[in-house]
Amino acid sequence: MTASSVVLLGPQGTVPRVRDALRDLGVREPVAIVTAGWEERERELLPFMKHVELPVRNLDVFRRAEVVYGRDPDLHAAMRKRHDRVRAQQRLYRARLAHALDAARESLARSDAPPGLLAADRRDAIDAIRRLDAFHLARVDEIELEFELGVRPAERPAVALHRARIRERLAGCRALCIAGGHVGILVNRMRLLGVLDAHLSLPGDRPIVAWSAGAMALASRVVLFHDHPPQGAGNAEVFRAGLGIAPGIVPLPHADRRLALADRARVALFAARFAPDACVVLNAGARLDLRAGDWHATPDTLRLAPDGSLGPVQEVA
Amino acid sequence: MTPAVLELQRRLGAVEPAARAALVDTFLARREVPVVEGRHVTFLWRGEADDVALVHWIYGLEQSRPFRRLPDTDLWFHALDLPEHARMEYKIAVTRSGRTDWQHDAFNPRLARDPFGANSVVHGPAYREPAWARPDADARRGQLRTIELQSTAFGDVRRVDLYLPARYRRTRRHPLLIVHDGPDYVRYAALTTILDNLIERGELPPLVVALTASPDRLVEYAADPRHAGFLCDDLLPALHRQLSLVDSPSARGLLGASFGAVAALSTAWRRPGVFGHLILQSGSFAFTDIGRHERGPIWDPVVDFVNAFRRAPGRIAEQVFVTCGTFESLVYYNRSLIPLLQTAADEVRYEEAQDGHNWENWRDRLRTALSWTFPGPLWFVYE
Repeated sequence: MTASSVVLLGPQGTVPRVRDALRDLGVREPVAIVTAGWEERERELLPFMKHVELPVRNLDVFRRAEVVYGRDPDLHAAMRKRHDRVRAQQRLYRARLAHALDAARESLARSDAPPGLLAADRRDAIDAIRRLDAFHLARVDEIELEFELGVRPAERPAVALHRARIRERLAGCRALCIAGGHVGILVNRMRLLGVLDAHLSLPGDRPIVAWSAGAMALASRVVLFHDHPPQGAGNAEVFRAGLGIAPGIVPLPHADRRLALADRARVALFAARFAPDACVVLNAGARLDLRAGDWHATPDTLRLAPDGSLGPVQEVA
Repeated sequence: MTPAVLELQRRLGAVEPAARAALVDTFLARREVPVVEGRHVTFLWRGEADDVALVHWIYGLEQSRPFRRLPDTDLWFHALDLPEHARMEYKIAVTRSGRTDWQHDAFNPRLARDPFGANSVVHGPAYREPAWARPDADARRGQLRTIELQSTAFGDVRRVDLYLPARYRRTRRHPLLIVHDGPDYVRYAALTTILDNLIERGELPPLVVALTASPDRLVEYAADPRHAGFLCDDLLPALHRQLSLVDSPSARGLLGASFGAVAALSTAWRRPGVFGHLILQSGSFAFTDIGRHERGPIWDPVVDFVNAFRRAPGRIAEQVFVTCGTFESLVYYNRSLIPLLQTAADEVRYEEAQDGHNWENWRDRLRTALSWTFPGPLWFVYE
């Protein structure tokens, strides 16, 4: 899937930038919005409507999925079973990941071997993490595929009905906005109801503006991260494949609060682990535009650099 | 004595007596007091008195430690070594003409409040007051409301404050935490601020909290069987009628400190399977192996309960989080109970801090305790 214009933004709480982005894209007509990541607060749209100063059509993705589950208990049960399998796979992955990351951190901290040997050791330690990430992603993809083939959600009447209604609503809108919130719920429900397929199949240039978890959902893979959680080691982990229209980047909303950006060893390992994708710091005010296949970032939008510093996005895009 | 105070003493010895008051004035104007240099802390008091002493609640140290007067001045000092991460509450006892007055440290603006008033606070260089316990303008605030209910267990009407998170919705079911001494947790341990902050950050789910209080806590919290009846037969059904709550032990917890922790543990023991999570802070879990205890008659039912619990712990909860200060006499009892609790719950965590039996110690442990017992969607939520 491709979209002609995609804009990714940082959190919108204190520095809202969606209106600027829509104006820059020439959007003057109604916009559609997905706020499924807000869950039960999905319809609390007043601040957003005041901000964008345009008619807003809520796609009600969270609520529609609830309705679908209520009308199709077999689908709901299959979703739950898939969810349990993904969680079990995530636990297996997490246990191995902790060891792999410890090994890489130890290698990066050592200085008691000739530089050539150390460099090779570090490369292999990081490759081990990358292989594990890739293995996990493949296993989750298999679980997804089993679910898709076994249940065929798009063909089920309750799903098809709401897919059609979402498509109708999208057809009257010039752009699609995707808000943050719970990234797992956002990805799952957008996929179930085919929101992106419907949007991209409509004629004309219809940009997408997404922020925080919305930006994460659009990447090729969803990476969860927090360097100092109240429990656990704070090891960033791959969750699952994203919706894939924002390739080549790993969006990191709230990186200033969630990542130890001054810890160069930690930043360097993060950058190396997900290379060649650019790990982009999406703090409040950040903006990243995808136009004709190339990323363009504002000067204050930074990425994690392999040397552990924060650098401009353009250098690696 | 800290190096700075030693230097002051040396300089005082080198000047005429008439110049000493001015030297002390200058020293005090330039220094934070108590003077903390590494592990060394020097407390200061200035004025005329017969005796001056440091009063503290660190178990194992004599409770009253005398100050000495710097020669030919009205400045008194007392030096103490404090561990790097330690936090200590204290007062200064000043005796004049046979009368002793306990005072806050006039040089130290840091106070910790509790139901009995306030104490001065000093801490080691590595201690940090947690940022998550301070109001955060970005955190949406929960609402407090009060309900009254007829208690069959106690035969009277009880008031309970309820904290409803900003994201409380009737359309969603919420987990529930019942807090003993709830209003005190709010007043002295910043509980509602902490809930607002941790829920906003996704470290906790949108949690409903019932803030209970007792008109006679030394009786009702001392393993009184009526208390378990009040929580399980009066309060829980009322909360489930009025609020949208998850109806499962896995989504219910009890929190209490000191005698409140006894109340929480005894309730879980008397009514197994009702509460999945316990947070027990500085529990007054006194017990005896031989003979009688010496803590006074109000402890009799506590000791009887803990002894009974030790004989037959049963299964009390899924998770138990225990915290205690190493400066408390109760640390021995809390440590001793851990192996037993491990047989009575699926998971037990125990956290000690270099602190005393006080509200700010309990406040400082809440992030770890709450986020372990009620983990939020932190890893998944990026607003």
